[in-house]
Amino acid sequence: MTTSTSLVYLIALPLFGAAILLLAGRRADSWGHILATLLSASSFGVGLYQLSQMLSRATEERAVTQKLFAWINVGSFNVDAGLLLDQLSICFVLLITGVGTLIHIYSISYMSHDENRRRFFAYLNLFIAAMLLLVLGNSYLNLYVGWEGVGLASYLLIGFWNQKPAYATASKKAFVMNRIGDMGLTFAIMIAFATLGTVSFSGVEAASHTASKAALTGIGIMLLIAATGKSAQFPLQAWLGDAMAGPTPVSALIHAATMVTAGVYLIVRSNFIFDAAPTAQLLVVIVGAITLTFGALVGTAKDDIKKALAASTMSQIGYMILGAGLGPAGYAFAIMHLLTHGFFKAGMFLGAGSVMHGMNDQVNMRRYGALRKFMPITFATFGLGYLAIIGVPPFAGFYSKDAIIEVAFNAGGVKGILLGSTALLGAAITAFYMTRVMVLTFTSPKRWEDDQHPHESPWLMWIPMAILAIGSVTTGYLFTRGHALVHWLAPVVGEHAETEEMLIKPIVVSAMALVAVVIGVAIALAKYQFSEVDELAPENVSLFTEIARKDLMQDSFNEAVFMRPGQVITRVLVKGDESVVDGTVRTVARIVMGSGSTLRKTQTGFARSYAALILIGAVVLIAGIWVVTQ
Amino acid sequence: MNPYNYLYVAGLLFTIGAVGVVVRRNAIVVFMCVELMLNAANLTLVTFSRINGTLDGQIAAFFTMVVAACEVVVGLAIIVTIYRSRRSASVDDASLLRR
Repeated sequence: MTTSTSLVYLIALPLFGAAILLLAGRRADSWGHILATLLSASSFGVGLYQLSQMLSRATEERAVTQKLFAWINVGSFNVDAGLLLDQLSICFVLLITGVGTLIHIYSISYMSHDENRRRFFAYLNLFIAAMLLLVLGNSYLNLYVGWEGVGLASYLLIGFWNQKPAYATASKKAFVMNRIGDMGLTFAIMIAFATLGTVSFSGVEAASHTASKAALTGIGIMLLIAATGKSAQFPLQAWLGDAMAGPTPVSALIHAATMVTAGVYLIVRSNFIFDAAPTAQLLVVIVGAITLTFGALVGTAKDDIKKALAASTMSQIGYMILGAGLGPAGYAFAIMHLLTHGFFKAGMFLGAGSVMHGMNDQVNMRRYGALRKFMPITFATFGLGYLAIIGVPPFAGFYSKDAIIEVAFNAGGVKGILLGSTALLGAAITAFYMTRVMVLTFTSPKRWEDDQHPHESPWLMWIPMAILAIGSVTTGYLFTRGHALVHWLAPVVGEHAETEEMLIKPIVVSAMALVAVVIGVAIALAKYQFSEVDELAPENVSLFTEIARKDLMQDSFNEAVFMRPGQVITRVLVKGDESVVDGTVRTVARIVMGSGSTLRKTQTGFARSYAALILIGAVVLIAGIWVVTQ
Repeated sequence: MNPYNYLYVAGLLFTIGAVGVVVRRNAIVVFMCVELMLNAANLTLVTFSRINGTLDGQIAAFFTMVVAACEVVVGLAIIVTIYRSRRSASVDDASLLRR
């Protein structure tokens, strides 16, 4: 294994930036954002350098490690704080630092009127550092540190405008739901330590060949729970919609491109566990399939542009999880969809931010319309992202999403048919709701007040959008050309033997997907482009619409099943604590106090009474001895 | 003479002393009663020495006398000091420790 001494700079640079910006305080207000952007960009530079180094080595020599220090050294259990950069993590490193830097640049302008811009950039840098640690850690324990770090950064950034109580609540909700997932990761680490005796990726991989199936299944399920929390998958998805309370660049970076994909990374990184534990792998697939439909359905009913995009993110990550659950055939495509999604979804979020910027922070799509004329660049970049996400060839989503649908169909048997159809249905719904967003925002007649003056955003904002749009156009082609990404990732996720017989040919899958997309687009056009759109959301809608507007009752479900019983339990526990524990302690104290104040009365302060007591005591003692010895 | 008679005398002396300590208020009298109790103990020790035909008891009696002498010095000094500050030698007046 090649070692390197420069990996640590990837993390250290943004971490340094966060420290400087937070410690320097108001003094850094004038230059903090520039420093943060430069540090993020230089981290991207280090990433590029590492990539070039990696390319210059032979395939089996490409992974590099760096040992930072011996972290835990107890008996036979040793964990080093170490970094591992291989073909999988370099994809993430470049995505995180690349998209991260673009979003830093965008935020300079987007947050320019916010007096806390420096703090915002400090948190962004903190997030980049934590996310890099997450993907660079060489053991589950190191990954865990980054995992918690991104949770913290996400919490701080969702609640960045915490002067609004609803936003503060949203950040708390995200944090608490993430904690539930984090418990899964904790348990996975504990099981790995207890049964395999190691928590490093290489150690667990080596041990997974001989470990019991039960242990591996346990670890797999726990890792899946962790992934559902961080990646907003069913059943822990309810926080993502509310997380849109954060500033839009945060939604683009953390809640679309990078952090929420950490679950996919975790599953792909743990491929050796899931390959050996079919039950856990099946659960992964089920979670992915449920979430991709779930998110898509929610997306059809949202009028808030950011929440519609958030639902779409949920759905697209569902595709990735589905791909990751399909074993060696799907890992590379999950990562490919993750990367292309990182481009087009971040681009669309930045586009949404640009629209909000021009529309006085209006987020209701029913009050948009006809913005194509006023924001041509935003329209163009958003449109390219839109074409990418619905999977129109030759845009990025076409390659990555079709690949997942194809692998799903070829999973074999009834499972394959079910998964493939679900993914296909999801593609149709995706086409519908994304067209809806597009039409309502840009091409339908205007529905905003005359005192609003939509305008194109400054160049600092549209340049990142344009770069991301270029990415959404080209990445799919680049990754699939000669199976580039599949071969690139093969040393990490395992080579997938070409299936002897494909159930459905790729060209047929593509055709079916395109038909699904056309149907979705057509319905959306008929409904929103060629007919009147109400400025207010219609009241008397069908039950299904009502349910979809309420995130398919997920909040109500959580409230009824977990929150209320939880409150009852805490109330009972508090009562029990007060009556039993406190009661016992208070009774003991009362007895001691009572006997003390009774005994105190014998202490009169008169020397003669003490003398009398001593005398009586002596007499009693002597009498006692006399009685006993007689 | 029957040596047990000495013990009866000693018991009587001790009882008088003990009752005096408990009953009397004047610190000087209480003090004298304490001396009476010490002397009763001395008498007992000497008597037992005689009965057993050894010198241990007499040696112990000498120790008691030395201790008693020291105690007289310290005790009288305390009583005189208290009397000077309070114009009273009653032991019941010096009950400040209760508070």
